[in-house]
Amino acid sequence: MNKRIQQNVMIKGTKDGLTLHLDDSCAFSELLKELESKLSANYQFQENDSGIAVKVHTGNRYLLEDQKNSIRELISQKKKLVVDEIISNVMTKEEAKRWKDEHQMTTIAKVVRSGQILEVVGDLLLIGDVNPGGTIIAGGNIFVMGALRGIAQAGHNGNRQSFISASVMKPSHIRIADKIMKAPDKYIADGHVMECAFVDETGHIIVEKIQAIKNHRPNFIRLEGGL
Amino acid sequence: MGEAIVITSGKGGVGKTTTSANLGTSLALLGKKVCLIDTDIGLRNLDVVMGLENRIIYDLVDVVEGRCKIHQALVKDKRFEDRLYLLPAAQTTDKTSIVPEQMHKLVHELKQEYDYIIIDCPAGIEQGFKNAIAGADKAIVVTTPEKSAVRDADRIIGLLEKEENIESPKLIINRIRSHMLKNGEMMDIDEVTTHLSIDLIGIVLDDEQVIKASNLGEPIAMDPHNRASIAYRNIARRILGESVPLSSIEDEPKGLMAKIKKIFAGS
Repeated sequence: MNKRIQQNVMIKGTKDGLTLHLDDSCAFSELLKELESKLSANYQFQENDSGIAVKVHTGNRYLLEDQKNSIRELISQKKKLVVDEIISNVMTKEEAKRWKDEHQMTTIAKVVRSGQILEVVGDLLLIGDVNPGGTIIAGGNIFVMGALRGIAQAGHNGNRQSFISASVMKPSHIRIADKIMKAPDKYIADGHVMECAFVDETGHIIVEKIQAIKNHRPNFIRLEGGL
Repeated sequence: MGEAIVITSGKGGVGKTTTSANLGTSLALLGKKVCLIDTDIGLRNLDVVMGLENRIIYDLVDVVEGRCKIHQALVKDKRFEDRLYLLPAAQTTDKTSIVPEQMHKLVHELKQEYDYIIIDCPAGIEQGFKNAIAGADKAIVVTTPEKSAVRDADRIIGLLEKEENIESPKLIINRIRSHMLKNGEMMDIDEVTTHLSIDLIGIVLDDEQVIKASNLGEPIAMDPHNRASIAYRNIARRILGESVPLSSIEDEPKGLMAKIKKIFAGS
């Protein structure tokens, strides 16, 4: 039988830069050793070459943060190589759960009363009112089926694409990512029905009829199943 | 075994003590055995409204600290034979002199003997509030049709809903001025109930007689003709489980012609 030396590190060149495929069944220390020797091999760079982006694929191997760092360090020691990203097929349960939470909608039926704070990681669908003095916070978008009279904060983690919609939009103020909009001096008594708030191109929060959302956020597909 | 109902509001001056006194009186008039507890330690005045101030010997703090037996501290209201008692608050200390566990134990003991325990809660959401709700099975939130009172009621309802042992609170809207309501200068009843989204158990019109009665130490509920009195009695009947329609918020017609019209209208 023809004995072939197993290659743990494969280097492929693409037009975007280099891609390193790291084997996922050998020991990590072996991997580093081989990576080291492969990279220090006879590569001749021109002085005026710009930095080469490197993508690292780790297959089904899960890398801890400091393992990732040691790979980054090793690669960046070689002149002209910059690690663009490290891609893995696997993630921990915690990461998966966070990812799922961030991308799913939490539905809650209650009245958020004065002094209460309701916070969710992903999108929030609130069936009930937010009374003055009450606060709702979401990592994603907010949908209030009821009257929003308190404070709403969407895109808590800084996502300006997030928006807020409410059956009755009379908040004391609205925040989307880092933007704040104060309430007008007076709301129309029976008005402000079915409105939405989002950050426009100039970086200001504007409030419009709910139908406008499809023009401003045409890529919003989260309700259709995520992923 | 009896039922403990806490009367609370968050904001001060909306009529918690008046409501406690009158609901207690109304329930006693309906033949129930009632014990009123004033938990506003340091600022007691349920005894004044009930006209029992001069008969206090021991108080709530004496009972929980074991200086006397419960029955020694209870002040009997002679107007109602054996049906109405008051456990007054202490005046010389403050709210921190009792803890919720003591209150819970005390209310539990009283429930064995009385049909209804009405607990008058102090204003605020601190220790006094926590003590007052500790032993309660039900809660009644009193508010007036003013924005500030409704805000505070909202906060209080939020806190009450977190308590597992207390049923969903009921709402009393107090001090309604019908002429201001008609002119749209006051929040109307619908507005308050949709905002707070809890069940309304009664509305009470603003009436000068209520102030007069509390100064005399005779709860208004003892007057069978007064409108506020009828409102309180109706609330008491609703507490007992009867279904009584809400009273009208219209002003009483004034003048002879109006009275004649009223007779012919058959109301």
